[in-house]
Amino acid sequence: MTSPVVENPSVMLGVHGLNKVYTGRGEPVEAIADLSFEISAGELVCVVGPSGAGKTTLLRCLAGLLPATAGDVRLAGQAVSDPPTGMAVVFQEYGRSLFPWLTVAQNVELPLREKGLPKARRKELVRETLEAVGLGDATASYPWQLSGGMQQRVAIARAAAYEPQVLLMDEPFAAVDAQTRFDLEDLVRSLWSRLGVTVVFVTHDIDEAIYLGERVLVLSGRPTVLLEDVRVGLGDDRSQLETRATPEFTRLRTHVYELVQAAKRGARSVTDAHLTH
Amino acid sequence: MSRPIRPRAQVPAWVLGAAGILTFLAVLEAVPRSGLVDARFLPPTSQITAALAERLRGGDLWVALGQTLTTWVIGLAISLVAGVVLGVLFGMVPVLRRATASTIEFLRPVPSVALIPVAVLLYGTTMQSTLLLVVYASFWQVLLQVLAGVGDVDPVANDTARSFRFSLMTRVRTLVWPTALPYAVTGLRLAASVALILTVTGELLIGTPGIGRLIGVARESGAVPAMYALVVVAGMLGVAVNLLARAFESRALFWHPSVRGEVAA
Repeated sequence: MTSPVVENPSVMLGVHGLNKVYTGRGEPVEAIADLSFEISAGELVCVVGPSGAGKTTLLRCLAGLLPATAGDVRLAGQAVSDPPTGMAVVFQEYGRSLFPWLTVAQNVELPLREKGLPKARRKELVRETLEAVGLGDATASYPWQLSGGMQQRVAIARAAAYEPQVLLMDEPFAAVDAQTRFDLEDLVRSLWSRLGVTVVFVTHDIDEAIYLGERVLVLSGRPTVLLEDVRVGLGDDRSQLETRATPEFTRLRTHVYELVQAAKRGARSVTDAHLTH
Repeated sequence: MSRPIRPRAQVPAWVLGAAGILTFLAVLEAVPRSGLVDARFLPPTSQITAALAERLRGGDLWVALGQTLTTWVIGLAISLVAGVVLGVLFGMVPVLRRATASTIEFLRPVPSVALIPVAVLLYGTTMQSTLLLVVYASFWQVLLQVLAGVGDVDPVANDTARSFRFSLMTRVRTLVWPTALPYAVTGLRLAASVALILTVTGELLIGTPGIGRLIGVARESGAVPAMYALVVVAGMLGVAVNLLARAFESRALFWHPSVRGEVAA
């Protein structure tokens, strides 16, 4: 039994003492040592860390796809054990996450049908979100007829149409080319500000994390702890050219870069990291 | 420097196929005529063709053809439904899968024809006798393919379905079944051929009504060319069955990488 945790009511997603040990064949592997953080309603928080830092494990625990070994994840105060209502996930592997036997529109519509929305509302949401991601004229295509970037747009539209309270994104742009990635980053920012949804965005790309996030959670290497919760003071309006050229962006980039490098060397706290800048 | 690639004259596949058949028929004509084999036991193509034409004009061939097809279709349908339902069930419930695996591996290699005495005891020389053999032989083809297909559901697609809280029925309908369908179609194709073989075998050995029994009657009465003519009919039935299954496959699996071919993206 976990004791009830008294939370600030504005906390949308609360993670307390999260620990995850994989006990498969062979030695048990501790992926996450101890993680605690809170995300307020309407925040856009990015999670970065060195590769193998348990980022995907964390996201799967948040999504209720993977049971935690200890500690808990709470969505609006409710403990998450199975995938909760009000959460949608965008996976990195769009090609495997979309169903190839359904058209783009059917892919977006299926979760809405499962949610029990009436037909008229479903059609409306499908049209609106596909237009919002710039795919208003691809509704009758099949995912495999589209480019990678377009397929990931479909997955984003599917998640957005679901109208979740929390949108989880697991390295969604790792497999798309650099130019497409900039467009998709701006798409995420605009959907976020328009829908008022809480977003947790996992990435290995430091620049992407700073450009997108209001906060960046920097993770240590395995077994994972939180190295630092970095506030990003870049304002609400961001542009690929100007924001990335500001001194604040450069400062944050240097700072997070140093933290991630230190994490690779095994640093487990900011004081361990011996930052030089 | 590499040589320029010269366009080579391509012979269409159907021309090659037709040439192959004609060559085979010509050899079959020449071998008995040259005396290499006794023409009484292997009559030349021309005699078989004449016997076939004569049989096609008569009524009993068509009746038998209808009986064979009926047995085949019923047997295949039973195997298909049972194989798909049990395959999805066993495939999705790990406990059931492990509990049935060794039994399946034990029963599957039992040759269907070894069940002929049992079939005759149970059903005599009625169609059900042959049906038992047909179902026993073709069911495993479907079951094993569907089991493999259900096991092939993509983990990311599965996580997607779980994260959107799809119910069990929705998962079966929109994820498990489409994933297993290419396997099921392969199973159907294999089962269709096996079912036809066992239909004719049952008719021939047990004497249940159909083409197989006509072959047996023709053999016993020494009508050798007619016997071969009936074998040809059975063979053509097999070709038709395979073509039908392939046509169904390309329609049902339009989205599958093996069918959809190259796409722009």
